[in-house]
Amino acid sequence: MSELLLGNQAIARGAWEAGVAFAAGYPGTPSTEIIETLAARFPDTHPRWSTNEKVAFEEGMGAAIGGLRVLVTMKHVGLNVAADAFMVFPYAGTNGGFLIVSADDPGMHSSQNEQDNRYLARMGKVPVLEPSDAQECRDFVLAAFELSEKFSTPVMLRTTTRLAHHKGLVQVGERTPIDQRPFEPDPKRFSVPIYRKLLRPRVEARLAQLQEYAETCPHNRIERPDGEIGVVTSGIAYQYVKEVLPQAAILRLGMTFPLPPRLLREFCERHSTVYLVEEGEPFIEEYMRSLGISNLGGKELFGVIGEYSPGRLRQSLALGDIPQPLTTGAPILPRPPMMCVGCGHRTVFSVLRQLKVIVAGDIGCYTMGALPPYEAEHTTFCMGASIGTAIGLERAGHDRVAAVIGDSTFIHAGIPALIDAVYNGSRLTLIILDNSATGMTGAQSNPAAGTNLFGEHTPRLDLARLVQAAGVEQVQVVDTWQRKQVFRAINQALAHPGPAVVIAQGPCQQLPEMKRRDIVPYVVEEELCTKCDACFRVWCPAIKRTEQGFPWIEAAECTACTVCAQVCPTDAIALRQPEQA
Amino acid sequence: MQEVINLLFVGVGGQGSLLIAELTSLAAVQAGFDVKQTEVHGVSQRGGSVETHVRFGARVHSPIITPGEARVVIALEKLEALRFAHFAHPQNGELLINDFEIVPSSVLNAAELYPYDAFDVLRSRGYSLTVLPASDTAHQLGDGRMANVVLLGALSTLLPIDAATWQKTLQMRIPPRYLAGNGSAFQAGQQFMADRQPAAT
Repeated sequence: MSELLLGNQAIARGAWEAGVAFAAGYPGTPSTEIIETLAARFPDTHPRWSTNEKVAFEEGMGAAIGGLRVLVTMKHVGLNVAADAFMVFPYAGTNGGFLIVSADDPGMHSSQNEQDNRYLARMGKVPVLEPSDAQECRDFVLAAFELSEKFSTPVMLRTTTRLAHHKGLVQVGERTPIDQRPFEPDPKRFSVPIYRKLLRPRVEARLAQLQEYAETCPHNRIERPDGEIGVVTSGIAYQYVKEVLPQAAILRLGMTFPLPPRLLREFCERHSTVYLVEEGEPFIEEYMRSLGISNLGGKELFGVIGEYSPGRLRQSLALGDIPQPLTTGAPILPRPPMMCVGCGHRTVFSVLRQLKVIVAGDIGCYTMGALPPYEAEHTTFCMGASIGTAIGLERAGHDRVAAVIGDSTFIHAGIPALIDAVYNGSRLTLIILDNSATGMTGAQSNPAAGTNLFGEHTPRLDLARLVQAAGVEQVQVVDTWQRKQVFRAINQALAHPGPAVVIAQGPCQQLPEMKRRDIVPYVVEEELCTKCDACFRVWCPAIKRTEQGFPWIEAAECTACTVCAQVCPTDAIALRQPEQA
Repeated sequence: MQEVINLLFVGVGGQGSLLIAELTSLAAVQAGFDVKQTEVHGVSQRGGSVETHVRFGARVHSPIITPGEARVVIALEKLEALRFAHFAHPQNGELLINDFEIVPSSVLNAAELYPYDAFDVLRSRGYSLTVLPASDTAHQLGDGRMANVVLLGALSTLLPIDAATWQKTLQMRIPPRYLAGNGSAFQAGQQFMADRQPAAT
């Protein structure tokens, strides 16, 4: 049977077929759909959203040591968060099969950097499989569990945005029942550093065995060996090579760490010209050059930055021109992303802009606060960084600094920094945008939402009490759509001599319960309107202008958030009367 | 070897270009083709421009279409048609465009910068375009949101997938209570193509 599946859905399918009995992750593009697919279609894999990637990894580690087959998923930068565990787990090695999916994002479609996690795998001495299409996303998951248990090692499946987010036909199978492996508590294997010295040589021995395996494993294969030009490639780039150089001999590397030296040398000896086409960093290339292979065209031809495509390969190899976007005298009007109509973040950013504060931002939809019209977020680095950055900016002598962080990101990585602010006597002003969702990745549930991955109720994390328990004296909870409340609270927090927290509450408009609501939209009563444009300065995309210059509200878009009505000095904006509706 | 047919679906987040791309992919699977589809997007649900690539044929490798190689560019919005026109094959490609404008809310002064003359520009550059009043038609049929399916009906007349397969696909994917409306929208698109004047060359 074959199905049209996203790469991420195929990974989920493979995990289910492989008998995975525990799966954990934190939402992050382009990895999110794996856990979501497990929840929707394969709940017997026992998936969950964890509070962050490190917790997800450690839960997985425990479950694998305990004898289960385990899948852990995250985006590339998520592995930085989990890196502490990722780097030490291989010393002990696993018991049940352990697969970590690292979803890298060349082109930074939805990320703050372009890191290539094969380097982290090499540092951790973890073998890496790189599928080339949706079918292999499923197949390689099954292979990864075999590999993991055969060599007692965690395995990384490295995907990229194009793999994760493309659909292809996938031949699927059924679930194989896997017996839980016995767990033998063994301090020499799983405990104190002094024993790690004994484990260290085993890691090297395993790596040598894995390298030998890579020489002959089915994931590394040669196609059309008689082709004149040779191409070494991996991942989605393989598909582009098949299209642009259909006559070439191809060494397709499905396992990219450890790399097979003999296979690579022999292949390159058979072809006078060899191209190396790998998306991301020159990971394979550096290794090949270290082997002394010199008849190689790699990154100097195809480049390091951004996503590859057939068109880019063709241009790099001077195989023809590619049509460029039209030029019409002016550049084509862009359509940058924006916060949703009725998004509770909009009020906060319009206030921050008005108050002219320096804003240390964080990871979430609110990074769009840096874009016009708000331009009121001045730094964004990584999960939880807003608080530490704000503390540092204040230490550097900058007055009127605020940190802005979402509920999910605060839970993920903000809490230690907040405790630090109290502990070290910082004046921190922190605004927690509490929309009861992990919004950017599609409004997933989190502990502050009080629901889990399956939508079941959980104890709701009380952010105000948590912040108070950390020792913050001034804690204000406001309705994020009440502009005056928000303004007053942020102003007071900035004036407070110690750490102060404003929790701006209001559910994400992408939550199903918000989308399902019956909304009575607001309307502009033109006879009361003086065209003062105060409502336009709310920057709501649902407010348009009539030919006569009056504002009018697109009824289908209005969420009845009331913010425009609050700022209207003549009360010209009101709920639509029932008889007009 | 059978040629791969490349289709690019573009629009604004929320217009349903992804849905008709998916329906096309499913219909192509039903018709026995190998299919690949990919959506190029970051945060499309927030009013951004949405771009979905669909490729089908005997064997498809890349999910991404190279500019200049699309058989049809299906645009749910005028500015997006202008943005992605260069994906159409210079000789064998054409554009199917919904006569509908969405001024970007996220750009200041966008109303002054909007390319209201996009169709003239495209014609002057030699593109072959068919402009459909898909949003108006869908509105007359009771729901403007079905503009996407009007375009799909029009597109279906250009593809080697038979009517029964399209019907089956719509039934498979569209919830029963929306099926009748969408069926009419699909037919309206087909009818528009049957009625259109042969394109002047």
